[in-house]
Parts: sequence; structure tokens; C-alpha cells
Amino acid sequence: MKNALLQLAAKDGMSGFEFSLTEVVSNLLAPYCASVERDPMGNVVGVIPAKNPDAKSVMLEAHIDGIGLMVSGISEEGFLSFVPVGGVDSAILPGAEVRVWGKEVLYGVIGAKPPHLQTGGQDKATAIKDMYIDLGLCGEVVRQKVSVGDMVCFAEEPAALCNDVFSGKSFDDRAGLISLLLCLENLKGKELPFTIYVVAAVQEEVGLRGATMVSERLSPDCAFVVDVCHGDTPDAGSESIFKLGSGAVISFGPNIHPYLSSLAKEVAEKENIAASFDADGGDTGTDAWAVQVANGGIPVLLLSIPLRYMHTTVETLHFDDVQAVGDLLAAILQNLDLEVLACTFQN
Amino acid sequence: MLTLLKTLCDVNSPSGCEGSLASFIKKEIESCADAVWQDALGNLIVHKKGDGTKLMLCAHMDEIGLVATCHGEKGQVYVSALGGVFPYTALYQRVRFENGAEGVLVPDGQEADLLKDLKLSKLYVDIGAKDAEEAKARVALGEGAAFAGAYCEQGDTVIAKALDNRAGCYALIEALREAKKNKNDIYAVFTVSEELGLRGAKAVAESVKPDYAVALDVTRTGDTASGPKMSVRLGGGAAIKIMDHSMLAHPIIKERLQNLCKERDILWQAEVLERGGTDAGAIHLTGGGVPSGCISIPLRYVHTPGEMLSKQDLEQVVALTKALIEEGI
Amino acid sequence: MYLSELVKLAGVSGNENAVRSFIKERIAPFCERIEIDSMGNLMAFKKGTNNCGKTLMLCAHMDEVGLIVSRITEEGFLKFKTVGGIDPRVLISKRVSVGAAGLPGVIGRKAIHLLTPEERKKAPKVKELYVDIGAKDKADAESKVAVGDYIAFESAFVPFGDGLVKAKALDDRLGCAILLELAQESCPWDVCFAFTVQEEVGLRGARLCARRIKPDMALVIEGTTCSDLPETEERAVSTRLGKGAAISLIDGATSYNRKIAQQLYQLAAKHDIPVQFKQTATGGNDAGIIHVSAGGIVTAAVSVPARYIHSPVSVISLKDYQAAKELTRLWIQEVLHADFA
Repeated sequence: MKNALLQLAAKDGMSGFEFSLTEVVSNLLAPYCASVERDPMGNVVGVIPAKNPDAKSVMLEAHIDGIGLMVSGISEEGFLSFVPVGGVDSAILPGAEVRVWGKEVLYGVIGAKPPHLQTGGQDKATAIKDMYIDLGLCGEVVRQKVSVGDMVCFAEEPAALCNDVFSGKSFDDRAGLISLLLCLENLKGKELPFTIYVVAAVQEEVGLRGATMVSERLSPDCAFVVDVCHGDTPDAGSESIFKLGSGAVISFGPNIHPYLSSLAKEVAEKENIAASFDADGGDTGTDAWAVQVANGGIPVLLLSIPLRYMHTTVETLHFDDVQAVGDLLAAILQNLDLEVLACTFQN
Repeated sequence: MLTLLKTLCDVNSPSGCEGSLASFIKKEIESCADAVWQDALGNLIVHKKGDGTKLMLCAHMDEIGLVATCHGEKGQVYVSALGGVFPYTALYQRVRFENGAEGVLVPDGQEADLLKDLKLSKLYVDIGAKDAEEAKARVALGEGAAFAGAYCEQGDTVIAKALDNRAGCYALIEALREAKKNKNDIYAVFTVSEELGLRGAKAVAESVKPDYAVALDVTRTGDTASGPKMSVRLGGGAAIKIMDHSMLAHPIIKERLQNLCKERDILWQAEVLERGGTDAGAIHLTGGGVPSGCISIPLRYVHTPGEMLSKQDLEQVVALTKALIEEGI
Repeated sequence: MYLSELVKLAGVSGNENAVRSFIKERIAPFCERIEIDSMGNLMAFKKGTNNCGKTLMLCAHMDEVGLIVSRITEEGFLKFKTVGGIDPRVLISKRVSVGAAGLPGVIGRKAIHLLTPEERKKAPKVKELYVDIGAKDKADAESKVAVGDYIAFESAFVPFGDGLVKAKALDDRLGCAILLELAQESCPWDVCFAFTVQEEVGLRGARLCARRIKPDMALVIEGTTCSDLPETEERAVSTRLGKGAAISLIDGATSYNRKIAQQLYQLAAKHDIPVQFKQTATGGNDAGIIHVSAGGIVTAAVSVPARYIHSPVSVISLKDYQAAKELTRLWIQEVLHADFA
């Protein structure tokens, strides 16, 4: 599974262009599912049917898109201007290595104007409009190979640091998908009284779009979203920050169905799975926010993996946390009572 | 002179007050429709029967404007924005309220002080009323107002207010009229309240339940000193959207539009817009996901009384929309 | 009086249980059917008298703004986040009730003597504040409170002044109270009384209700901002206390159906019910999501002005409350029957 994580994280596949991932993701899901389908928007859905065809259904979801850039213009000399797709911190861009998906995949680096010529002077962070992608090719060749609208992905290979800590781009949220796979691994040979949809969703980073669509389409009775939360760093403060290696993070708040969050807490305690707790006053900023009000409303739980340096090319996590989320989710599913869930507010 | 475009621009239609424009458009397209109706919000829906695949084409009818929120003792009419009104372009502009009262948006205090941090809340509309009573009699609370900006053509250039999105309405009407056939079931929808957050489109997508959707709207250009850094330019042809802040265009639509351009020799350019969105942004998220895209008309100085477009671009957009209606997805 | 009882209940967004139970019990005798959806929205259906097959959705939200425990410190203080829009400046030195058990607590900040001159000038940030429940340490606090527990304001229902009332959560328990009272009368159309959840965190519940009920028309009963304080510019005054029910024409989320808005205003004038249009075009309520749902729904809003809304000491005038209730009642009986039958 660690290899699968590294394999996934090395792949390009920014929001709206997840096609380059579809096959890898389908292959990872296939061993656990009766069928794996891709919907018109690119969401990959694996189905594990219950014996009873009238059984209720549960959706397990993680998003597979990452942040990236898009070509917005080509200069006379062949430099590419670009816009961000998703929440890109422009501070990580100068000096970043990228792959431009033109007629062929081209390697490039992001350069900036010399400091004294930049819009804000030397003391300000470099603005995206002062940066260019340099493909090292002349304008004529660039215009043959690259078009406005081509995607640009970060060319960063994942790396293993010490103690099962890994670093790479797009761990947000491909690590979430690995947690789902670890959960399915746990559940192998166990029969559950509901159909499971395992969803690798698209376009989270640009506004929870894949989740909005797929939960409307599948209309599950309950959903579990796995995403990342902020890991501890010396400069991060202490509010909603979680130590790497401290286990799964269970969310509470209006976005989360109370039966599911208390069940998760109980199960973690009972099964001795490392977990901590987070609360949000409203929007969790994850697909859970979209899922909750899709269709007639879908009770949802958010489980998170602590991750340092989110939305950079060196996102860093502890594999134990990925495992803990997978274990916890499997344990929750084995204790989940959809009838009790449905009755939560009835009395 | 594009008489239809001129008339469309001249009819005032600030967000939430699209009634007159809807009536006008209804008359223009009735003859080429199998059915025309309006929903509870005022969206105008035109249906042409086809092969059962529902292709929704939409253009929003509303323009940015103002709404009267309060009357002052000296006859001032205080206003709030309908949509993205920039205070510094609004200052000293002439406006016209729904019931005909005309006025000028002027500073509520010393101009020099206000200019330092100009806000719409520091302006009011002077309609020449002598006191609150007269102002109340002429402009009701909640009444919408549109900016003035006379329509003018010189050579290939059109300058007018509200080209966002009468240009889109024009293209959709013309394409519907010119199309010799239609493959898919066409739902041509003239939507309301786009400038307030894609509200009309959000609602109508749920009732039409399209299989595919294409919005016709304007986009910004990068060919002026003040414009954003982007490749779209006036005269570059119909813009086929790749992305904006509300949507990443679906490959099916993007490629279909590009192929139609190639087949019919239509001049086109790719559009990557960092900010802004269109009705397609709301529609594509509904009903489990609707593959959607956008045909854009390059427009300079969006949301000002002097919006500017190229007639050639507009012709290309009409041609592409017509091709889409005839050939379908 | 329903209102005085309703505002006593804690019902921070996401935790409307107490309010829902209260309403369910009292509305049941007057309705044919009650549905509660997966988010906790309560919908009570009442058959109309003229069998026209049309449905009116009357909507009020059950939730109130509040806080949620996000962390427990080593010393046993509770760090929190806000639920809904709260100005952190209203929080200092307030009583709160924590969790399902209603544990009493206070929101503290270091004493003025200890604040630097710069600190005194600055508005506090939520992350600098904490709730003190008197716990000895983290372990003691954890035995009583958990991360994720909701925190509600603690503030009594106090009639005062010239027919005014002070309480927390008047937005929108006043709407709930009006709906409860109206449920006891007959209506020409079928009515669904929709008591929604999670309005304060983004109109979350109403969206589900509108899609489920698909009403022919919706009327939202709300508490709205009232900024009629001295030295306020006329244009910034949204509504005035004591000047009657407020009819919405436009706000940040909705362009309201004008025909209905005018009907409401004229009806009030005809019956000598005090009424005002809401000036200013900001803010929003459940109407914002309802009117764009289910293919578009004709929607109007009748509000009661509330000073110091979203604080523990909201103030309304009972005259405005009565006006809003009476106007809504008359509109349902007269206009709805005559105009849309």
C-alpha cells in the first residue's frame, strides 16, 4: 500500500484532468469490487454489492484531483503564462519543476522576472503574473506543441523520509484513497448488510464539484469522506493542528451527522485505534460539505489524515495515520447500523 | 447596423427586473419554437423538439444595475448594487429606473474625500426630486435601475452598455432563427439573475434536467492595457471556454465545439479565464453532473457603460451556436 | 407563550434536538403528518380547506448562532470556534451553557489591568478567547466536556421597556413561535410548516425542505437586522423597532417576488397593521436557497426587526411580533385564497 501511495502521488491529474489517473485508480479498486465504473465527469466508482438487492448503500469517498496550473498565454519568445487551478500558494512556484501536457508532455521550470523588475519590488512575494514557464524551446516550436488551456502539473517525485514518514505532491487526497483501500483490505471476506460505493472523486480543489455530482447520482444512505487536515509544524499554532503519527482525526460539528461522529469515537476507543478530534463551526472545507446536502440530504462523517505543508509539492504525512483511518473506517462500517442512523432525529 | 442587438441593449433589464426583455425576446423567437414558457423566477424557456437528448443552451437576460433601498430627506435615492458594479465606473453615470425616472449617481459628500475610498454606499442617485415625498412618488423602494450607455457601431466595433449579456441573447436568438434543423431536443433558456449568483440557471437546470449544457456569455480580453493577462482578444473569433472560476469545461463539449469550428471554418480561440463564471457553472453541478461548456464572446471593459465587442466575433459565435443546434452533441 | 419557552432552549446549528422535540410535540395535534429528514428538518403537513392541490411552505429556522468546543487546554479551559456569524466582540464576559447537560461556563479574557494599551484598542480574535467551566485541569474538563460539544448563549427572556423583549435566539425562534400559532388555524391551501436546521451556517436545511416539498409558494418568517440606533445614517437603517412587520424586497441572497411583497404591504395598510419595507439590500435568509430550488419557487419573507441580532441580548418589540403574525395570518386567509385559488 505504501507503494500504491507513492505510485499515485507521482501521477499527474489536477482538477478537471484526472483522466491520467483513472486507470491506476481503477486497477487499485478492482480487486475489492464487483465492478468499477467511471461516470461522465470522471469520478471512479467501485461497487461492492450487498447480498440483498434492496439493501441500503454507503459511500466511501476520497478525491483524487490535485492542484495545478493551466496555460493561459504563450509569449512571442515561447514563455508560457499561467493561472492556478485550485488553491495554489504562489510562494512555491518560483523554481518549481513542471510538466506541461501539450501535444506531448514537456518538461519546464517556472522562472520569475529579476527581483528589481517585479511588480511589488523585492520585499513582496512574487506575483503569478510576474512568473513564466520556461520550456527551453523557441516560440515557434512551443506554439506547435502547446495550446492555451493545456494543463501544467508539478513534476515532483515522492520520497520516503525516516520512520514511515513520506513526502510528495498530491498526498492531498490520494492518501485518502489509500485509506479507503486499507479499509477494504480490512473488510475482505466480511459480509456487510449494505452496498458499498467506493468513490474516487474529481474536482474537489476547485469547489467540491465531483462530490456534488456523484453523491446526487449514487444517492447513498450514508457517506464517509476521507481527506487530509493540517499536521503540526513549528509555525502552525495549535488550533485544529494534529501531530503526525497521532492517528485518525474524527470531525464534529454541523457538517457531520452526530450519530456517525459518536459511533466513530466509540469504535476508536473500543478497538484501540489511535484517534483525535476536531470541531468545525460550519464548513469543513471538504467534500463532506457538498455531500451533506446532496439529494434529500446524506448523513456524512469526515475522517482526516494529518498532513504537513498542504498544497505544496512536499506534502508530508505519517503512514501510520493513513493506516489508522483505514482501520477506523473498517471498524465503523462493521458497527454501523443504518436503521439507528435513520431514526436519529425521529424522536 | 445590428438592429436586433441594438434593441436588446436598449431594453433595460437589471437583475431581478427582466420582465420587459423577456417579453421582447419571447415575441422574437416564438415562431421558431415548439413551446415557450416562463418559470416561477421568470426564466424564459424555448423548446424545439429533437432526438430526445436534451441540449440546453442558455444566455442570461439580466445586466448589472442598481436597486433603490432608501429615500433621503432632500429627495436623494440611495441604492445598492445589483451584481458587480464598480463604484468608480458608476460615479456620475446616468441611470434609469424601471418606472422611467432618470437620474445621475453622485457623491454623498465632498468628492475629493470620497474618492480616496470610493464605495457605492457613499453615492446616491439624484433624480431631481425636491424632497423625500417626490422621490418616493417617482421611485419605489426595491425598484431596479440600469445604467445608460447608448448603442453605437463603428466599423467592426460595437460599443454599448449591457453587451454582457445581450450579445449572448442576440447570438442565441439569431442561431435559433437561422438553424435549418435541430438534432437534439433544444432547450434555449434566457435566464434571470445571473449577475446575482447564477440564480436563474440554478433553478431552471433542475426543471429542464439537461443531458448537456452550453452557456453563451461574454468573456474578458487580454488585449488592452487594463485587461487581465489572458490570450483572448477582440477579433480572435468565438472563444471556446476551457475554464473559469465556476467550471472546467467538459471534454465532450470542448472537443465538439472545436470540431464544429474546424468543419464549418469558424474562427475560434481558446479561453482560460481566471476569475468570473457563467450559468454553466451552476448547471453542470446539477442532476448528478451535466457535461457543460461555454461559447464566449470576447468583450472589453465588462460591467461598464462602454462595453466593446467585435461584430466578426459575434458572427462567429452565431455560426458556432447554429452549427451546434443543427448538428447536436 | 411559545416564544418565551422556545428561546430558553439551546439549539446551535447542528444541534437543534431540543427545539425540534418541543415543536414536534406541540404541532402534532394540528397536523396530519410530520416528517423529519436525515438532517433533522421538521416538516408538518396540514391539509387545506379548498382542496386546490397547492402547497404553501411556511418556513422558520430552529437553529441559533453559538459556539463549538474545538480543544481543551492543559489548564482545563475550552477553546472554541463560532457556529454562524458572531462578532467576537460580543463574546467577552458572557455566560454560556456547554454541551447536552447545559454545563454553566463563562467566556473570559485577561483583566483590563493586564492588557497592554495596544491590546485594549484591538477587537479580540476568537482564538484568543476561551470558556471557563471551573475545571481543575484537562482531565477534569475532559470528564465533563468533549471536543465537538456545542455551546449556547445563556440569556433569560426579559420583557422590558415599552413592550420590548430581550433574549438570545430570537432569530429565529420568533418565526418558530409564529408558525406554531398559525398551525392552529385553518388555511385554504395545503400548508407545510417547515422548521429548518442549519440556516446560520449557510441555509443548509432549507435546501432539503424545498426540494422535498416542492411547494407552489414559500413564505419565510425571520428575525432580521434592526439598526435604528442614534446617529445611524438613514440609508443604513434596515428596519426600525416598533414600526411593524418588515417585508423584504431584496437582500443579498434573494430578489423577492414583488407581487407578493406588495400584496403583503397593502394588506397590512388596509388592516392597520404596522408594516415597513426592509431598507438595505444586504444579508439573507432561507429564502435565498428556497427560491432557486425545485425549478424555482415564488418566495416572500416577513420579518420581525431584532436589534443586536446574533448576540446573547437580541431585542424585539412584541408589537412587531404580533404584526408579523397577524399579517401572515391575514395574507394566508385572504390573499392566498382569493388570488391563487
